[in-house]
Amino acid sequence: MPETDGAPVLEVAGLRKEFGDLVAVDDVSFVLPPGRSLAIVGESGSGKTTIARMIVGLERPTRGTITACGRDRSRPVKSARDRRRRGREVQIVFQDPYTSLDPRQTAEATIDEVLRLRHGWPAGRRQARIAELTELVGLDARQARALPRSLSGGQRQRVAIARALAAEPAILILDESVAALDVSIQAQVLNLLADIRDETDVSYILISHDLAVVRQLTDEAIVLYRGEVVERGRTAQILDDPQHSYTRRLRASVPRPGWKPARRA
Amino acid sequence: MSATAPLAGPAVPRGPVAPRSGPGAARRGRVLGALALLRATGPVGIASAVIIAIAILVAVFGTFIAPYDPNLPNLSLAWGAPSGGHLLGYDFQGRDVLSRLLVGAGTALLGPLAVVAGAMVAGVLLAVTAAWRRGASDAVISSGLDILFAFPGILLAVLAAAVFGPGLAAAAIALAVAYMPYVARVLRGAALKERSQPYVAALEVQGASAASICFRHLIPNMGPLIVAQATILFGYAMVDLAAISFLGLGVQPPEPNWGVMISENQVGLAQGYPLPALVACACIVVVVIAVNLLGERLFEQAQRTYR
Amino acid sequence: MSAPLLEVDGLTVLLDVEGAQRAVLRDIAFTMQPGEAVGLVGESGSGKSMTARAIGRLLPRGAEIQGSIRFRGGDIGSLSGAALRRYRGQVAMIFQDPRAHINPVRRIGDFMTEALRTNLGVPADQARRRAADMLAQVGIEDGTRRLRQYPHQMSGGMLQRIMIAAALLTEPRLLLADEPTTALDVTTQAEVMAILDDLRRDFGLTILFITHDLELAAAICDRTVVMYAGQIAEVRASSLLHDDPLHPYTAALAAARPDITQTAHRLRAIPGRPLSAFEAPPAECAFAPRCPHARDICLQAVPDLAELDGGLSRCARAHELRGQLQEVPRA
Repeated sequence: MPETDGAPVLEVAGLRKEFGDLVAVDDVSFVLPPGRSLAIVGESGSGKTTIARMIVGLERPTRGTITACGRDRSRPVKSARDRRRRGREVQIVFQDPYTSLDPRQTAEATIDEVLRLRHGWPAGRRQARIAELTELVGLDARQARALPRSLSGGQRQRVAIARALAAEPAILILDESVAALDVSIQAQVLNLLADIRDETDVSYILISHDLAVVRQLTDEAIVLYRGEVVERGRTAQILDDPQHSYTRRLRASVPRPGWKPARRA
Repeated sequence: MSATAPLAGPAVPRGPVAPRSGPGAARRGRVLGALALLRATGPVGIASAVIIAIAILVAVFGTFIAPYDPNLPNLSLAWGAPSGGHLLGYDFQGRDVLSRLLVGAGTALLGPLAVVAGAMVAGVLLAVTAAWRRGASDAVISSGLDILFAFPGILLAVLAAAVFGPGLAAAAIALAVAYMPYVARVLRGAALKERSQPYVAALEVQGASAASICFRHLIPNMGPLIVAQATILFGYAMVDLAAISFLGLGVQPPEPNWGVMISENQVGLAQGYPLPALVACACIVVVVIAVNLLGERLFEQAQRTYR
Repeated sequence: MSAPLLEVDGLTVLLDVEGAQRAVLRDIAFTMQPGEAVGLVGESGSGKSMTARAIGRLLPRGAEIQGSIRFRGGDIGSLSGAALRRYRGQVAMIFQDPRAHINPVRRIGDFMTEALRTNLGVPADQARRRAADMLAQVGIEDGTRRLRQYPHQMSGGMLQRIMIAAALLTEPRLLLADEPTTALDVTTQAEVMAILDDLRRDFGLTILFITHDLELAAAICDRTVVMYAGQIAEVRASSLLHDDPLHPYTAALAAARPDITQTAHRLRAIPGRPLSAFEAPPAECAFAPRCPHARDICLQAVPDLAELDGGLSRCARAHELRGQLQEVPRA
């Protein structure tokens, strides 16, 4: 992706979103350096999903700016060409594998549609790229030709990841993308995401409430509480030595061997 | 919902299988898929499809296979019983009932088909537009539809007949306009549900245009519901058009039409010559039931295939 | 040892799956003592929810049940009518999504007091007072006001606490909790878990806690039952499960979880995917295809659930592998 060296691939400044009287996101700012991974940590009501939707263009910020690959994307665009260009900058993988794929499209057809949007390639070249992508995400030939109905949750997420990567985005937003998966499948998909990050130059934004997953996949993190950033820094640092009381409470609520839940006074 | 799909297990027909590759294969896959879907609807579905196919063939070729001239009156033979080549006897004007049925199938089926096509196309477009744009557009469309709801179909048909003169075309258009709000209301709900699904959002993020998402994804995913609506509507349209013709506002006598036949021959019911009216009635009932049954089965089967 | 509250023995459940009778649970056996908390841990298809439903007499119609479930000595399979209603009063169940199990157009108070009023004949005002008291037990103050509210005015966490309170109003002996915290935020989860723990102590409640999270089960459960492909893989004291598992699946499950204290280069994922009971082969260990310790003996027959050092393990090589299964320190 064309970007100046060292310049952040994503820059969010003073982001604010109001839904009527409710302030879902309040003065959120962060940067994502190229090739790095950032986690947006929070629970329900923190505004993390709203931020993801604003970055990807599904919601419009009330105030603030979002700049990706050097171009502003705070306002919606009209032309089809601009929309497709934005699709090359930021892509997203959603949480629910059961509704994030068109039930009538095979995995191959899903990826093919994206390739047709992205490039004017002939069918043969598209087929080759589909094969590359399905192999990259660990789907075999049978699974690639299957309808979502015949695929498990983990397999569907792989299709969703392949679809997102088909657009060759600079930034991939993972919105709780492993939260709905079984533990053993979650581990496979997390390994896959780590491999992809190593092999391509995509930058991740991981939206998650699961601190262990966040630790596994990201370098930096911001913690959100009720729409505001309460803590930011290196992921390992925040989790080993949380400063803000909310981060501490979050950290203390994670089940681990020997953990006993205590009621808040 | 199970997160695993049985990989091993008995080969249960799962409906349309994805084609191998290439555009020709896609077409072939769709045809094979449609046939497989039909086969999977079971004996009732297949029987209904057969009945509908026969009705369509009669509608198209009726004039060629009718044994006698359907419009040739012979009052001395009025209300005649079945005899010789006249398998269903004679109607109140001495015309061959069987021939009138066969020739009348054309307008009897063509009318409802036109009504359904018109109402469905308009209804789908309005529903999808309202659901996609939401907000003000949705409010305007929904209010407009609510106003249209106030007019019953027959009333609009009477209005159309008054303005344009009686005839099948005017009646069909009037009914299509009357049915359109029903279609739009039902489909708007389904369209809203599909529109809020993450896969639609994923396509938006990819930069696909609203039109392409609606026509290639939204509407096909509402497919089973659209088919179900269409078949229900066909039944109503057939009955309503027959009623309109019965009232003298649709197909005009002496042109054969099942609804008109009921109207013309109804006096025979009380006088002991029930056959002409009853046979026409039976044809309407059989076709309506077949269409409804097939539509229902197709709906269920399509749900099973994709969900 | 006092008489067990619940005894499940040789429980096999067959359901009609696409025209054929398939086993969704195979040979489930465990007991629960009064006042004990037992965790039931497994992934999709393991049969953990089905087990709870079997105990709660909530299996779908047409399910064929073999084996026995005895509650306080009496077989529950044969109960019907008034006896069944009494049983339901003694065994309460809470579910993952509280909103799906509560009528949205009725007030909380109506929902909570219904069982008391209709089944136990408690007068309405008394029932409401008891409901308000129980809400206080689960940490909801001003209960009388809450009773007049509707479900949509509550958050998920609060609604789940209300469900727990409602379940406890009939003073059940056994609480079946089917993933009650999976849909909640982690901070809310910690609170709800603490509430369950306190209630267990205060009311002498026996809890069967179903979850996919091994560590969560260990938090309040004395013993944990690990299920795979419709069978019990391991039964172990929770405190020992992490450091001394008796079954390779348990060890693999614990190892597959990312560690919050350190970043691993790659997670130790289990290849393949979790099997459902009806996909499991009839004459070999269900986990063998994915197991790093599988040998020929594992493919010869379904291993028995055998006792080992106070726990139970359905691993043909459990003795050999003893001490080698615990989590290997990461690279």
